Amino acid sequence: MIQYLTNNHEVVLAALQQHIYLALLPILIGLVVALPIGYLGVRFPWFYHPLVNVCGVLYSIPSLALFVFLPVLLGTKILAPVNIVVALTIYTVALLARTVADGLRSVDPVITQSATAMGYRRLRRLFDVELPVALPVILAGLRVATVSNISLVSVGALIGVGGLGQLFTRGFQLFYLEPIIIGIILSVLLAGLADLIIVLVQRALTPWTRHQHGGGAA
Amino acid sequence: MITFEDVVKVYPGGSTAVDHLSMELPTGKMTVLVGPSGCGKTTSLRMINRMVIPTSGRILIDGKDVSGQDEAVLRRGIGYVIQHAGLFPHRTVLDNVATVPLLLGKTRREARSAAMELLERVGLSAEFAKRYPAQLSGGQQQRVGVARALAADPPVMLMDEPFSAVDPVVREGLHREFLRLQQDLGKTIAMVTHDIDEAIKLGDMVAVFRQGGHLAQFGTPQELLEQPVDDFVAEFVGRDRGLRSLSFDTAADLPVQPVGSFDGAELVLDDAGRPLGWRRDGGTIEPTAGVFTTGDSLRMVTDLAITSPVGVAVRVGADGKAEGLVRHHDLVDFLAARRDRRAAERSA
Repeated sequence: MIQYLTNNHEVVLAALQQHIYLALLPILIGLVVALPIGYLGVRFPWFYHPLVNVCGVLYSIPSLALFVFLPVLLGTKILAPVNIVVALTIYTVALLARTVADGLRSVDPVITQSATAMGYRRLRRLFDVELPVALPVILAGLRVATVSNISLVSVGALIGVGGLGQLFTRGFQLFYLEPIIIGIILSVLLAGLADLIIVLVQRALTPWTRHQHGGGAA
Repeated sequence: MITFEDVVKVYPGGSTAVDHLSMELPTGKMTVLVGPSGCGKTTSLRMINRMVIPTSGRILIDGKDVSGQDEAVLRRGIGYVIQHAGLFPHRTVLDNVATVPLLLGKTRREARSAAMELLERVGLSAEFAKRYPAQLSGGQQQRVGVARALAADPPVMLMDEPFSAVDPVVREGLHREFLRLQQDLGKTIAMVTHDIDEAIKLGDMVAVFRQGGHLAQFGTPQELLEQPVDDFVAEFVGRDRGLRSLSFDTAADLPVQPVGSFDGAELVLDDAGRPLGWRRDGGTIEPTAGVFTTGDSLRMVTDLAITSPVGVAVRVGADGKAEGLVRHHDLVDFLAARRDRRAAERSA
């Protein structure tokens, strides 16, 4: 395995780089898109249930079908990485829009009302109070979406663009175990590392959650 | 002054929350809105800062109609305290208190230094500043809530059941501190409670609401206790209202008998002239059950006369020396004369 790595480290490194790019770019785009959509699901209560249903349907589309179908829809080349990015962005939005809505809905109405009564306007209240208080829920959703994306990228290998997934296809074609094992290990490490980073960010951004049950005596 | 002019609130669906309410909440005083649940007291409170919009009628603060003002600007000038405090869980105590000064455009530094001062004012030491709300007890959170409402020094404060989520001992302490604070600050306060005892204790004026959003009576606590306008108010203020109304008069005018002995009981004094207790027929000394000064209430004197072993309350001076005695029937005569005098004043 070491020998495989030394001989092919450029291939492995390129695959890893592509994997990171294909998994994380959709997370960033998805988060930016999901925030306003999720907010609309709270701002207009009638919109919440349709939102949840559409998100559920979108997320249930098999990834391979989406990878194959998107070029037809977008007019892109079948092997273009943009197909993977768009597909994974759709999954990310499907997961996060609902999470953002649920996070905002989880904010105690007493808190939003007291913010309003103190003279917050709607938009500033959203950024100063509601989003920060909803952050633990939103970041929990982000962890799920990130890990899910990192594993889904590999499926893209079946249509020729799949980051570490290409190591799997290569291993299968050559009846060769090393690239498969390396692909799995790197995939898992990458998912674990990404998860850890989000947890660290969460700890830095929400120090108040660690004191949730530390109330003193009367 | 907060003025309600014929204010009506009908909710969609047709239920009337507030029915033709007119009243004036005096400047610099605390007015308590009290009544059973569903009487419209909270709705009335929330119409002052436009959290609820009246169906008809006007609400004015110092003569200015609130409906003509920008909601957010209006609210920044009105302190707001609610049950459970409603603190922001993601902000430290200090930053919670600094909220409104920041909204008003103060720098973070200015807002925090104002907040620090306020924390001290409500009896929280500097060590609490860096904590998060979840690290505080209910009583401490409520103090932070009061500090937050006061931070921008608003002339008007609204308080919605601010003390009802804490246990009675803590509440007692918060009441005391709040009265002291209000004495210093002289804010125009509207407070909602369902607890008539709290209303009578804290309010300069009390507005009693009844079901359906009607104002049943508006007056001083003493007026409510002594002259309830109808059975509803009389029932609501409680059966012991006669005794409680005695809390509002001091014993200054109450005549006393010279210190001595009667009915075979003798008041025993120590060398400095302070009462030690009663001795009956040369027996052992029984304690006096307490003493009063001219500043104490008639209610306290009545209580002392009842609990004293010989039915006599002992008045002492500032130095603790016995000055005079009040017997049961002296007290009854005095209260009867007081009642007749009041009745004459009212009919005049």
